[in-house]
Amino acid sequence: MPHSISPESTPAEDSSMPHVNAQPLKSEPSTPSKDIAMSDALSSPEDSKTKVNLEGLFDDEDSDLEFPSSASQIKSEEEPSQPEPFRITSRSTFSDPEIMRAFYQRLFPFRYLFQWLNHNPTPSNDFAHREFAFTLPNDAYLRYQSFPTADLLRKQCIQLLPSRFEIGPVYSTNPRDRKTVRKASAFRPLTKELVFDIDMTDYDDVRTCCTGASICHKCWAFITMAIKVVDVALRDDFGFKHILWVYSGRRGAHAWVCDKRARELDDSKRRAIAGYLELLKGGDQGGKKVNVRRPLHPHLDRSLNILKEHFQTSILIEQDPWAEEKYAHLLQLLPDPTLRAALQKKWDSSPSRPSTSKWSDIDNLAKTGALSKTSKELLEAKQDIVLEYTYPRLDAEVSKKLNHLLKSPFVVHPGTGRVCVPIDTRKVEEFDPLSVPTVTQLLSEIDEWEGEGEQKVQDWEKTSLVPYVEFFRTFVGGLLKEERRGLKREREEGGDEMEF
Amino acid sequence: MIPHDFSRIDPKRRVNLDYKKRQFAKPEFKHQKYEHRLNYYILPPTAEITLEEFETWAINRLKVLSELEACTFRNRTPEETAEYMTSIVNKYLPLRSNSSRGQNLQEERKKDHYSHFILRLAFSATEDLRRRFSRLETMLFRLRFKDDDPRERKDFVSGLKLEWEEVGADEKRELGNELAAAGGVKGEEQEWFKVDWERVPELVEQRRVLLKRGKAYVPQREQISLVVAEFTRRLDEALELTSRALPRLDEDDRLAPILAHLSHSFTSPDAAYSSSDASIDGLSTITANAIDTLSQHFPLCMQNLHMTLRANSHLKHYGRLQYTLFLKGIGLSLDECIMFWRRSFKLMTDDKFSKEYKYNIRHAYGDVGGDANRRGRGYTPYSCQKILTEPLPGPGQSHGCPYRTFTQDNLNALLQRTGVNDKDLLKVVKDDVSKQRYHVACNRVFEWAHRREIKKVKDDGTWSATDLDTIVHPNTYFKRGWLLKHLGDGNAGVVNGGEKMEE
Repeated sequence: MPHSISPESTPAEDSSMPHVNAQPLKSEPSTPSKDIAMSDALSSPEDSKTKVNLEGLFDDEDSDLEFPSSASQIKSEEEPSQPEPFRITSRSTFSDPEIMRAFYQRLFPFRYLFQWLNHNPTPSNDFAHREFAFTLPNDAYLRYQSFPTADLLRKQCIQLLPSRFEIGPVYSTNPRDRKTVRKASAFRPLTKELVFDIDMTDYDDVRTCCTGASICHKCWAFITMAIKVVDVALRDDFGFKHILWVYSGRRGAHAWVCDKRARELDDSKRRAIAGYLELLKGGDQGGKKVNVRRPLHPHLDRSLNILKEHFQTSILIEQDPWAEEKYAHLLQLLPDPTLRAALQKKWDSSPSRPSTSKWSDIDNLAKTGALSKTSKELLEAKQDIVLEYTYPRLDAEVSKKLNHLLKSPFVVHPGTGRVCVPIDTRKVEEFDPLSVPTVTQLLSEIDEWEGEGEQKVQDWEKTSLVPYVEFFRTFVGGLLKEERRGLKREREEGGDEMEF
Repeated sequence: MIPHDFSRIDPKRRVNLDYKKRQFAKPEFKHQKYEHRLNYYILPPTAEITLEEFETWAINRLKVLSELEACTFRNRTPEETAEYMTSIVNKYLPLRSNSSRGQNLQEERKKDHYSHFILRLAFSATEDLRRRFSRLETMLFRLRFKDDDPRERKDFVSGLKLEWEEVGADEKRELGNELAAAGGVKGEEQEWFKVDWERVPELVEQRRVLLKRGKAYVPQREQISLVVAEFTRRLDEALELTSRALPRLDEDDRLAPILAHLSHSFTSPDAAYSSSDASIDGLSTITANAIDTLSQHFPLCMQNLHMTLRANSHLKHYGRLQYTLFLKGIGLSLDECIMFWRRSFKLMTDDKFSKEYKYNIRHAYGDVGGDANRRGRGYTPYSCQKILTEPLPGPGQSHGCPYRTFTQDNLNALLQRTGVNDKDLLKVVKDDVSKQRYHVACNRVFEWAHRREIKKVKDDGTWSATDLDTIVHPNTYFKRGWLLKHLGDGNAGVVNGGEKMEE
């Protein structure tokens, strides 16, 4: 029953309106960009007056809402002791319409997003035929949207205030015209970035620190490891250069491989890459999840070398997966019955040994002769265990389909309020998901910003979003450069053919 | 690479043709000469054949293809398939190499060539048929390629003029170890060649080649993969073209019926789900509440899903899909099905459920989605074949066939939990599973669980042998199991519909 919401949400939406309007006039009257941003807001002085009146009607209902009633705030503005005009944010949800509006108006880097998807400074079909899908505030899902320019996309975002939006493939015709084409085959996806999705839920059986939606620094290590392994494989093995990693806003990461060659892959080739990178097979009841040929494929060998050191710290020490009684699974993974029995005996008597000690127990006992098979087999089993606990677990379905949609970079995660910022793979270890700015934090940073009023400064430049947008800009710049070079080459080759 | 303008008249000869005389001349079609045993089927046949030949050749090839398909259903390994197919191929579609000095080499190859093109006509109509045809033709080609005479195979391949680059000795030495690790053979001992990785997706997928900066290093031995991939690519393209030309064939009232008949008999000889499986005599309309009681009649794959669902109050996507479709197949209505899932996910808010889960259930029932989905009333319940050929479940997932996805010990535990505790049976099941005969194991368990009832209906003669045929669909398993367990309830067989309702 969506109607029941409206009496509550309308005032809340309106409440901040006069308030936002009043604020810059008071604190920073000289900032010009503020006024520019304001022009998008629907409020004119008259509007706000009528809305304040309307406000009065709902006063009673309002009082116990999470949004402080604007009526009281307007009054309080007379008191000079009100320092923080954006106070509403701290107590409101992240997908609050007013916040989303301010976010799309002032912070979202539409310009670079456009350049990224368009591969060209002038608008082309790469952008115009690209599908966007909006998740609206009422959770309706709106597919097959497309926009000729970045400005129109921005306008639509400000109008609809989607809590997030996703990016799909470039189609052969404009997605908005898909029903007007005469044959269904005239509307088909042509190209899309090769994408990967790594989500912490897939790690639940090896993650001990948190469960479900929550994450901490300890379990983020899984994602760090995954990014390292996948990134190097995509670069060295497949020869891709333009790979953008993006924090998914809560507990995972996405990769966008933007090279032209990657964008043009069909489903079977996407499946091939996903299969190449996938290692863990079998459900919860399938027993051992890693079954690989020896000698190890160079990709796996390299991955193992990357993952080995992480295994010591991130897994054995931080996750402590075999603490107390939980060592049964470890035993199950060892092929040698004699050794297994010996270890069982040892750990039954002292189950409190930490995982690090249990891991070294394996070798120690093996050395003292409790080994009935070759040490090579034990080594391989241990390698398999390392891989099972550290190797990337991709949500492979996302990568296999050309027409799969994936959340856009820089949108706000509705649950955490964090912006889906790019991750710099050169400094992937330093990336801290818990310090990624939230939308509310960014908005208050704009307000706190004090700069010389002379130079015109974009709103995002006043916030901690700067390094992320700068990184994205550089990335897009690199992509465009390569794209231009490719075009030039094509033209030259085309010219050659003409001569013949 | 391959000249495609064979049909054009040589420009120099064109002027010599006298159209006045030509009008009365007998049409002469070129009889192709087949130099190789293998054929890429580039050129369509142009000579005349009789209608009878047209039909029998096509049927023979169809027989071979459907046997091949059956092999995949039964999860036969490539070696087993090759062995099994030898006699069938020799009977219906013999094709001998040049060295065999057979008399009818040309005849055999002609038949192979023509039958391929006839079936191409018959199976180009729908996307589904095209995909199946291309898959099976590819399998057949691969089978023949493998057992071809090495020398003739080499001739054939070099005649194709595929483009690839050989790996020089220096590079081979430099990459020695990595090549060996990737290909599973010593790097320097054999020839390697370098191609764009996109040319060998299946080798990439199985990590059987070394990749460096977008180039795949393919050992000579894997050449088959390249040749086969190229075969598939061309066949797919050609099928697409054929399907566009097909409407023009409508006017021909001799061929069209034959073609229609051919494609009709190709639609899954086994394991097709029929809506009659949903209506079970004597079983009242199923409600969400009844699932727990009914689940004792479910096949192991569904019982496993049910138990996982009860244990976790959740199932992952593919598990939900497999189970929803099964439930739909036994006659659970959409409303009841939504109710069932809503109650089963008891740790979840209504809001989350209707946002994230309800749509998928409705989609499976064809209540929402594109026109095609709604008109087709959603997806059909999965057959054993479908479940067995899906990718294995990943961490946290529980779909698939337990006989295939579980380890031996876990499978035993699961079977015992569902009441299967006969030692001998478990041993035979173990044996079946290790030979990858999953559906045989499942049928064995069924027969054991219903041994008394089966004996009874056999003795009574109320059920015919076809009623007790091998089960290849989870919904058949349920239907037959339920009927057998309720023999006394007024529905003594499939024949008469009993009025008596359960519960």
